[in-house]
Amino acid sequence: MKATTRKIRRIEPMTFVFSLILLVLFLFIFLTLANMIFGQLVGDFSGLVKAAGNSSVMGAIFLSLYAGFLATLLALFLGAPTGYILARFDFPGKRLVESIIDVPVVVPHTVAGIALLTVFGSRGLIGGPLEPYIQFRDALPGIVVAMLFVSLPYLANSAREGFKSVDPRLENAARSLGAPLWKAFFFVTLPLSARHLLIGAVMTWARAISEFGAVVIIAYYPMIGPTLIYDRFLSYGLSASRPIAVLLILVTLSIFLVIRVISAGWSIYDRD
Amino acid sequence: MIEIESLSRIWKNFSLNELSLKVESGEYFVILGPTGAGKTLLLELIAGFHVPDSGRVLVDGKDVTHLPPEKHNLAFVYQNYSLFPHMSVKKNIEFGMRMKRIKDPKRVLETARDLKITHLLDRNPLTLSGGEQQRVALARALVTDPKILLLDEPLSALDPRTQENAREMLSVLHKKNKLTVLHITHDQTEARIMADRIAVVMDGKLIQVGTPKDIFENPVDSQVASFVGFENVLKGMVISADRGLLRIETGGAVIDASGDMEAGDQVYAFLRPENIALSKTSTQSSIRNSLQGRVTEVWILGALVRVKVDCGVPLNALITRQSAEEMDLSPGVPVYAQFKASSVHVLR
Repeated sequence: MKATTRKIRRIEPMTFVFSLILLVLFLFIFLTLANMIFGQLVGDFSGLVKAAGNSSVMGAIFLSLYAGFLATLLALFLGAPTGYILARFDFPGKRLVESIIDVPVVVPHTVAGIALLTVFGSRGLIGGPLEPYIQFRDALPGIVVAMLFVSLPYLANSAREGFKSVDPRLENAARSLGAPLWKAFFFVTLPLSARHLLIGAVMTWARAISEFGAVVIIAYYPMIGPTLIYDRFLSYGLSASRPIAVLLILVTLSIFLVIRVISAGWSIYDRD
Repeated sequence: MIEIESLSRIWKNFSLNELSLKVESGEYFVILGPTGAGKTLLLELIAGFHVPDSGRVLVDGKDVTHLPPEKHNLAFVYQNYSLFPHMSVKKNIEFGMRMKRIKDPKRVLETARDLKITHLLDRNPLTLSGGEQQRVALARALVTDPKILLLDEPLSALDPRTQENAREMLSVLHKKNKLTVLHITHDQTEARIMADRIAVVMDGKLIQVGTPKDIFENPVDSQVASFVGFENVLKGMVISADRGLLRIETGGAVIDASGDMEAGDQVYAFLRPENIALSKTSTQSSIRNSLQGRVTEVWILGALVRVKVDCGVPLNALITRQSAEEMDLSPGVPVYAQFKASSVHVLR
């Protein structure tokens, strides 16, 4: 069902006040980002060009995108089946499971980083036995694990809502037509919740790219975008870190814009 | 053939209790019951979408109780048709063939022609009318040539005219494809028209199985009687019984009825509103019951008029609008309520 919205035809005092508040919220976000971006573009364009030509800056930004992408793939692999089970079945402890999946959103991210380091560090529960094969500390796998931990809830929840929005009777119909459960899932349920999954994946990727606190604890090196920005800020101040911040935001915004445009007419059925 | 043996299942607010039933091959079998009686749950158990708490489901003699739905070999059509909204009509119809690896493009066209949906094949199901969606759903279910068709309230989402066409279409399909049909509905008229046999299910229990004549003329208990349209229920005692002719004292009135009760039995007498005629005079005829009373309420329902008459006991009568106008019926007008002894259904 489409949510009902109405055009404002008569301005009542409350609507007016709320609209003013909306304007404040909008300006708070817009001005903060726009000020930085335009300040850089107008005030120090050459700094931006210089940063874009710097291989360590571009390497860090690329690493952010790449590690975020890997984390999103893993999140899809883990989050979609989880979302399906949560959407379709009731079981004892379901509420608890759902709450725990949401925990990474509320845990301070440096805390998440410490927790991850204890598990994935060279003496950790998982990191220890895997030590000869895969390193997490100060390595790409560590970055991916940290990004995955903080962003997974977005995918799992989005997938759950997506699968919930598909009438189970459609799956039943498919099964009575001869489809085993996995075929009913891949041919009916999955295409009908694709948009939810895509939105979940984009949110997950965005969250992963923006992660700093957890990553910096488990893997200060190799530096991802946010770590490099922090590093430059501490060492050389605002003027050195701002161009990188602007580059990172321009790159990510343009990627999300492209995804939005591509996916706009992607699935016309999965609207709720 | 479908055999259900002592099937029980509790699910959400619905429950089925030790339900046993046998649907013969080629039969058009209707399960009739009020909303919430557990009819859809029963159908979903037969289709394998649920596993019962106890009991068995056999399809053509094979125990399918614990087999997944795709192994039940039944066609199932939901009330909302459940067409796949991300596929064209053609792709919807082909779905079952793809799943069962049947490669026969002609079959899709033939089924589409049978159901008169050839012109809709490239459309998206969301853009179709209710009647069209139903025909597509039937085509999708029947294209793989199943022998058994399960229908969940197939007519209730359609407007009256489309309903009539759909009833006819279902009858034709049933005969032409030699299908065993299990059709569930809450609509007694639909059951009466369509069914070879009817099972009445209430509160998850099977109450009565029989031909439409059995169910509608000889309901086994008061619950079934009032559900199948015996709106007038009179509680009373048999004061005399003579070769099947009963005289029943019902508090405010004495009525004649037929039945095999004995004098002194406490009984309920059931009477359909359409079996009561109203008249200004007490005519002498073969009609044995002629109760004097006064009109208390009149409701006009299009071509028919429902009249409530107080004859010592309250009676609901359904008469034509023409006769109501001829008698100038309104509250307070004295009338005689007349009905045959044979139209009174008596239960202990």
